[in-house]
Amino acid sequence: MGKRDYSPFGADAKRAVDSGLTAAEWYHTEVPRKVMKDLMARSDGPAIRDTILLYGSMILLAGIGIALWPSWWSAPFWLAYGVLYGSASDSRWHECSHGTAFKTPWMNNWVYQIASFMIMRNSATWRWSHARHHSETYLVGRDPEIAVMRPPELAKLILNFFGILDVLKFFPTLIRNAVSGPTAEERTFVPESEWGKVQRVALIHLTIYLATLGLAVALGSILPLMVIGLPRLYGAWHHVMTGLLQHGGLADNVIDHRLNSRTVLMNPISRFIYWNMNYHVEHHMFPMVPYHALPRLHEVIKADLPPPNRSIAEAFREMWPALKRQLLNEDYFLKRDLPPTAKPYREDFHQYVPGMMRPAAAE
Amino acid sequence: MPWISACSTDDIDAEDLIRWDHGAQTFAIYHSPDGQFYATAGRCTHEDVHLCDGLVMGHLIECPKHNGQFDYRTGEAKRAPVCVNLRTFPVKVEAGQVYVEVP
Repeated sequence: MGKRDYSPFGADAKRAVDSGLTAAEWYHTEVPRKVMKDLMARSDGPAIRDTILLYGSMILLAGIGIALWPSWWSAPFWLAYGVLYGSASDSRWHECSHGTAFKTPWMNNWVYQIASFMIMRNSATWRWSHARHHSETYLVGRDPEIAVMRPPELAKLILNFFGILDVLKFFPTLIRNAVSGPTAEERTFVPESEWGKVQRVALIHLTIYLATLGLAVALGSILPLMVIGLPRLYGAWHHVMTGLLQHGGLADNVIDHRLNSRTVLMNPISRFIYWNMNYHVEHHMFPMVPYHALPRLHEVIKADLPPPNRSIAEAFREMWPALKRQLLNEDYFLKRDLPPTAKPYREDFHQYVPGMMRPAAAE
Repeated sequence: MPWISACSTDDIDAEDLIRWDHGAQTFAIYHSPDGQFYATAGRCTHEDVHLCDGLVMGHLIECPKHNGQFDYRTGEAKRAPVCVNLRTFPVKVEAGQVYVEVP
């Protein structure tokens, strides 16, 4: 396949449509209907508990940070607050965009709006980009949420551990959205009926940032920005660390999530911050299953999946060399072995589509 | 338009749905929690995904791919990313059989 074109208006996007790749049916493991209904069942309890814990912890940590400011003794509290603001908001944004975290719709919507603000995403735009991410996961030119493009730009990946590139991209887009609605690229996946909403959300976010900035100037202190805005930088590292593992080093242009997604077993704190999205193959295969049921889903279908990585460190040890190899060979990807109990990968379909998985490129 | 026998009332659990294909058309047939039966087009109006693997919650059907929701009694789109309503079809129950009026 060679050089990839990630533009939604480029040759790879066109080829994905023309080849039938975008219309193809994704592989999923067979699960009895009664079992799946039980897994999909919604409830408010787990998410209410987690949300009280999250926002309660944030208020407490920020309160101590403010009380100790400007002493360096406040630093550990800001670091902990930052991870909850700049990383846990990513998973809350994600789960609530699916509408699966809570049973009650308004609860999903409120947490979604708050999380979207914290993670610096326009809540109206990103709902649609994520729908596309699920329809066309890692199809080059079609998926607007590809975190690691090929060849990987490792310096950029490292910068984003501090949210730098995301934030630098966010504010110009925010201003453009506030002035004129979605950008041309965003209009490829946001329906026209939603363009006004994109602009309204941008105006609200912009107003809050300007008010925070104004308060900081009035007080002659960055303290207001330590509470709102800056945590998206100093607390981003956890969501970038876990986010890279979702698909990094794996296949693109395939229609089997076992080939392009990664499940990683993690410690309980990371799972709280990440809201169980470490079960990422399971989530992509069955996006209607709420985060709190993903460990049970994993047990039900694991015989059909590649074995999960057993820790974050082990997953990075697997992914990082693959990213480095992609610097020299864009077609390289990790192809994990399936257990004997699993159905084979859909090699038959993939071989028909130009640029898709080729045996020579995988290991 | 003819009434076609689609399934038995026992074929669908309460608050669930099944897929029913007739000729070149595909439908979703629902058994509501209050014991009524309904029929809609089988595929989501957002993308070409069959609703039969979705989740019925009360009188809503949630698409299994993107979590868009419809009221299956009226076909009304209730939650993004679905924006276009779902087509519905008349249903009657006679002697334990569910009939759909097929266009």
